[in-house]
Amino acid sequence: MDILNQLKSKFSEYVIETHSQCGDATLVIKKEGVIPLFSYLKTSPELDFNFLMDLTAVDYLGREGSRFEVVYHLYSLSKNHCLRVKVDVGEEDSSLDSVSSLWPAANWYEREVWDMFGIKFKGHPDLKRILMYEEFQGHPLRKDYPVNRRQPLVKPVPMN
Amino acid sequence: MQTQEKEKQTETRHMLLNVGPSHPAMHGVIRFIFELDGETIVSADTEIGYLHRGFEKMCEVGPYNQAIPYTDRLNYVSPLINNFAYCLAVEKLMGLKVTERCQYIRVIMSEISRVTDHLTCIGATAMELGAFTAFLYMMKAREFLYELVEQVTGARLTVSYGRVGGVKADLPEGFADQTRQVLKEVRKVLKEVDKLLSRNRIFVDRVKGVGVISKEDAIAYGITGPFLRSTGVNYDVRKAQPYLIYDRLKFEIPLGTNGDNLDRYYVRMEEMEQSMIMIEQALDQIPPGVVRIHEQGEPMVAAQMVDEAKMGRIAGIAQRNVLLDPTLQGSTKGFHEKVNVEDKKTVLPPKEATYGNIEGLMNHFKWVMFGHGIRPPKGEVYFPVEGANGELGFYIVSDGTERPYRVRVRPPCFPIMAAIGKVLEGGMMADVVPTFGSVNMIAGELDR
Repeated sequence: MDILNQLKSKFSEYVIETHSQCGDATLVIKKEGVIPLFSYLKTSPELDFNFLMDLTAVDYLGREGSRFEVVYHLYSLSKNHCLRVKVDVGEEDSSLDSVSSLWPAANWYEREVWDMFGIKFKGHPDLKRILMYEEFQGHPLRKDYPVNRRQPLVKPVPMN
Repeated sequence: MQTQEKEKQTETRHMLLNVGPSHPAMHGVIRFIFELDGETIVSADTEIGYLHRGFEKMCEVGPYNQAIPYTDRLNYVSPLINNFAYCLAVEKLMGLKVTERCQYIRVIMSEISRVTDHLTCIGATAMELGAFTAFLYMMKAREFLYELVEQVTGARLTVSYGRVGGVKADLPEGFADQTRQVLKEVRKVLKEVDKLLSRNRIFVDRVKGVGVISKEDAIAYGITGPFLRSTGVNYDVRKAQPYLIYDRLKFEIPLGTNGDNLDRYYVRMEEMEQSMIMIEQALDQIPPGVVRIHEQGEPMVAAQMVDEAKMGRIAGIAQRNVLLDPTLQGSTKGFHEKVNVEDKKTVLPPKEATYGNIEGLMNHFKWVMFGHGIRPPKGEVYFPVEGANGELGFYIVSDGTERPYRVRVRPPCFPIMAAIGKVLEGGMMADVVPTFGSVNMIAGELDR
């Protein structure tokens, strides 16, 4: 892929690897490169990624290296091309820079990632839970959160 | 002098108004907190999550095909599109391509779903603005389409019709003629509704120039679908990244200019017409399916077939036609040859084989037993389709086992709801209802 090679040479200090499995161009970067890379992707006229289609995370519990991956799916309306960018985020310092200043769409997506995975976004205007309630303990989509653990807000009342 | 004193005495404050989570004008469970200056909205806060069921977590627990019933419950107004989007994502991961007939079936059913979705959206919006007749007319049209869906899938709402590598059952006999008849009826209804609403002073006054979003804002918020197209941005996944057989169909993308509620209404109305044109084209082009021939004698009841096989009387059993449970009628051998992919690891074997010979039985068990089933190779995939509300994408990560490692769905409502506060700000309190109606928020896919 042209885009991948171009980005790889331009941001060689941040890029960890690239692949295009199943035809999806993918770039894996270090989290220090979030702001420089994404501002370039958005503003560069030949790439012009004006859509942040999706932002999510994956918990690779127990793998070597960093535990989380934050996954961005970008789309360019004018060039009609897509790019997936994955950012490695470790467990100890699970925080990275927010891209909500570049794409307002990231605001809610980042809140969801914080809610579900406990990954913090620095510079986010209002990072709070979105799908779960404030009293909820833990982050449900982490692999070490048991699937059948319940945290009801209202406790069952005995009938008598 | 007097008035100045009076102004000093009367202090004006903004009022906080809570709407929802269970409110007659809210289509689903969602909560708005408005800061009002008189009747003008100063700021709006949106709270979602009241219908969160942990879809993504549940998908990680079961095998790949068991996620399909969950996808029905995402956008429950057009569940077929969700089914196929998920299947297409898994198929892309596995490098599978389904048969021609199956692709056509998927397109036809998706477009039927899109029409039902838009009918519901416009009908509900019109009802909230007082046009109850339009709502009932549209529900009537939706009912015709639901009957078609019921005939094909066996269910109206929770269809679970898609399968990785195919669909659950072939189209029933006489489906094409019946669909053409139904489309005629739907067109009649749409014409009536168009007459009732499009030049109706009350309706137009309530929606024109209300809920305006600019092109730039819509793109920045990642909004897709009719909401984006009403601002004039030409983005439709069916045209931009064609999947299935959309590149063989001739259709147009209706675009608005102002990005207000009226444009969204027009875009949806026109999209329904385009969907119906697509269905008609697909029905003309679809390769023939199975013609049931009863030359192998009377069909045999499945339970009897099992009994015969247990007693060792298997001569000729695999060639007999099997009489199946009504929900499995499509799962016969002929259907498999025509519709499903030829990969024993991916799809269930035909029922004649399951009941009639040991290979089929083993194949069946290797597919349904715990710890078995389809195993896509290690990797990740993102597959977008055009849902009724916008781009519906599935991001699936596989670790090579029989369960998905991570399933993420990009719900089309989510970015729209993120932007709705901005759209509502500066408007009147009464305009919340038409604007919110034009979003067509489906809590099932918003909260997952």
